[in-house]
Amino acid sequence: MHNMSEPVVHQHTAPTGFIRKYVFSLDHKVIGEQYYGLALVAVYIGLVLSWVMRIHLAWPNAAIPGLQLLSKTGAPGGVLTPEYYLQLMTMHGTIMVFFVLTTAPFAGFGNYFLPIQVGAEDMPFPHLNMMSFWVTFVAFCVAISAFFVPQGPPLSGWTAYAPLSALGQVAGPGQGTGQVLWAVSIALFCVGQLLGSLNFISTTLDMRCKGMSLMRLPLSTWAWFITSCIGLTAFAVLMPACILLILDHVAGTSFFIASNLVVNDQLQPHAGGSTLLWQHLFWFFGHPEVYIAIVPAMGVVSHVLITNMRRPLLSSRVIIYSMVSIAFLSYMVYGHHMFVSGMNPFSSLAFSFPTLAITIPATIIVLIWIGSLYGSKLRINSASLFALGFVSMFVSGGISGFFLAQPSIDILLHATYFVVGHFHLVMAVAALFGIFAGTYFWFPKVTGRMMNETLGRIHFWVTFVGAYCIFMPFHYLGMAGNVRRYQAFVDDFMAPLMPVHKFITIAALITGAAQIVFLYNLIHSRFWGKTAPLNPWEATSLEWSTPSSPPPFDNFGGKLPVVYHDPYQYGIEGATNDFVMQTDPAQINSPRDEK
Amino acid sequence: MATTVHEPPKVTRDGPRPPSSSGGGRGSSSSPGSSLRVEDSSPASRTGVWVGLAAITMTFAAFTSAMIIRQGSSYDWQHFTLPPVLYFDTAVLLASSVTLELARKRVGAFLHGSQTQRSSGSTFLWLTLVLGLVFVGGQYAAWLQLRSEGLYLATNPSSSFFYLFTALHALHILGGLAGLTLVLWRFSKPRPTLQVSTLSTVSYYWHFMDVLWVYLLLLLWARI
Repeated sequence: MHNMSEPVVHQHTAPTGFIRKYVFSLDHKVIGEQYYGLALVAVYIGLVLSWVMRIHLAWPNAAIPGLQLLSKTGAPGGVLTPEYYLQLMTMHGTIMVFFVLTTAPFAGFGNYFLPIQVGAEDMPFPHLNMMSFWVTFVAFCVAISAFFVPQGPPLSGWTAYAPLSALGQVAGPGQGTGQVLWAVSIALFCVGQLLGSLNFISTTLDMRCKGMSLMRLPLSTWAWFITSCIGLTAFAVLMPACILLILDHVAGTSFFIASNLVVNDQLQPHAGGSTLLWQHLFWFFGHPEVYIAIVPAMGVVSHVLITNMRRPLLSSRVIIYSMVSIAFLSYMVYGHHMFVSGMNPFSSLAFSFPTLAITIPATIIVLIWIGSLYGSKLRINSASLFALGFVSMFVSGGISGFFLAQPSIDILLHATYFVVGHFHLVMAVAALFGIFAGTYFWFPKVTGRMMNETLGRIHFWVTFVGAYCIFMPFHYLGMAGNVRRYQAFVDDFMAPLMPVHKFITIAALITGAAQIVFLYNLIHSRFWGKTAPLNPWEATSLEWSTPSSPPPFDNFGGKLPVVYHDPYQYGIEGATNDFVMQTDPAQINSPRDEK
Repeated sequence: MATTVHEPPKVTRDGPRPPSSSGGGRGSSSSPGSSLRVEDSSPASRTGVWVGLAAITMTFAAFTSAMIIRQGSSYDWQHFTLPPVLYFDTAVLLASSVTLELARKRVGAFLHGSQTQRSSGSTFLWLTLVLGLVFVGGQYAAWLQLRSEGLYLATNPSSSFFYLFTALHALHILGGLAGLTLVLWRFSKPRPTLQVSTLSTVSYYWHFMDVLWVYLLLLLWARI
């Protein structure tokens, strides 16, 4: 670390006891690790749920050993009932979208690295930050508790469409207590993310160290900042929706339930509600949520690629502007999820145009990545491989978005596996690749140890090939008319597609197994990995200027750094090696300094 | 094909270049070596409260949009007369903003050295707290009146939204009262630990709740 720094007095003293240090910690780094740990637990639960669903889809009568322990009525003898399949599907989506794709890349990495990358000793509101995690943790526990109430979790999907989600027990297993628990969990989750977003925005705007202008922030920090702006407005809308849903359940109101609705031969005691209202409120959050998952991954991948290319992107500034454009447009496109919902067809057209428009900034970002990679001597390691994999998944999944953005095509494809393939590739797998890239890249800083590179590459190649084997055939299934949300396809016109489903299931089992390799690598390297140097990737941003790995409690050892350059000064002649740290006061005759 | 169009940049080490004058963050205007202390958290507090208010605005905007859609989706909307106590509550809340501003000036003067302002600052803070409690009490009286008219939460969508808006706003007011209590507690110590930024943050929040209530009253008056 360079000596051009300023002394700092930390907002709160270093904790001494175990509880204050590791459980109810105020340290943003510990909170970041807690978020990451929560996402890790969640992702393996979600993975097992997907395995169970895939096995059932390929072999509907197969008994899965031990499954009856989860629910005697939902899986008698280990064979899923149709309703329980939907219940597991709901929980898979809920856990993955909220507790993995939001929690890890945004809250996890962001909490750990945003304050360090802006040169701060902590976030400005550490108590709110701690509360943010613990509210999220309670939200997760409430969601999981739905497995253990009579009738189990809800079956209305992670989108919880009304009136199914609002009617209560009469609508099916899990629609009573299970659905209320779901709504409470998501409302709590919103509170947690709002508190987190507040901290992220304040940290970025007000806690930057001397010399750290906005344009000198790393792209990862920009991504977390933009995401927190999206999250602030999106979660603030989902929370009211959940409150209204809870009231329909427990207070007898009629926000989402229409008049004269007869369900299971029973006339419902509600009147006048709007089923579309839920969808409007939900998707006003739901579509920005896609960007809450993917924009942090874009930032992480840009950061990782630049470091390994040893040269900056063609334009970091355009990447920033494009991410801002995506955030802005993300609120105008949500109606494309509702083309088949009975919305006014003219509204569909109005939502179709910005949906197509939002592909422009996304395409610009991809072209900048590819153009920058062209001719570069990329250092190949697990992190850069997963970053490349992210670009590949994002492009492959994004292309199908062009089709779905048009109402005339979407009406045909909406209820099919085409959509499932699209959003899994572009949102889920791409974001997961971003998480993996970030994990391999920052692991040495967080733990002081290196991850095993061989295992990392095995993990990458199996996951990369496996993800394509799973999700590309989904598009083919969709075009063949394979509807989604069905629990079996054996007795109808979709029966000829069963071999494809079996292939996908086998691919899912193998790809899932590769994630066990990752988990082993993560845990083994944490305790027994090779000791990492302070700056193993020869990177320039502030997290690599800390005096130790992991960084000390106040990040920079009683000092605040002073920043002299933008974070991507690579390929510099005359510099030690080929880069100049942000804290290095050396003068650069630089056409690359984008300040 | 070569892709490098510029000569690689070069580094020289003939002395440090000062950080950009446009360089942001704390300390960009401070002299080298000056220490950054806890009190500098003021800008972050201000940003934090504005960001929080933005989230609250979005939440009430979502409820407003839900109300308009729900009202238009069916013919079951029953109009009823708003309890007159709401207008009294509005006056009370507006008055509380005035007293809070008076308190803020006096407390600020005291924290900057003017010993004479302490008791009057404390009085106005207490007055604001009491007015806030009167407001919450008034809202409770409005709910009792609606109950006496047979209008409950689930009676009609109009009553549902009335209870929803007023209860959520009252919850936010209770949050503000908690903040005011914290301010009073810190200010009442023999050696006050209150920071100006804390009082400013609570004031922003309180005034916003004031404006929000006026908006809600107009909305309820127009729609219900």
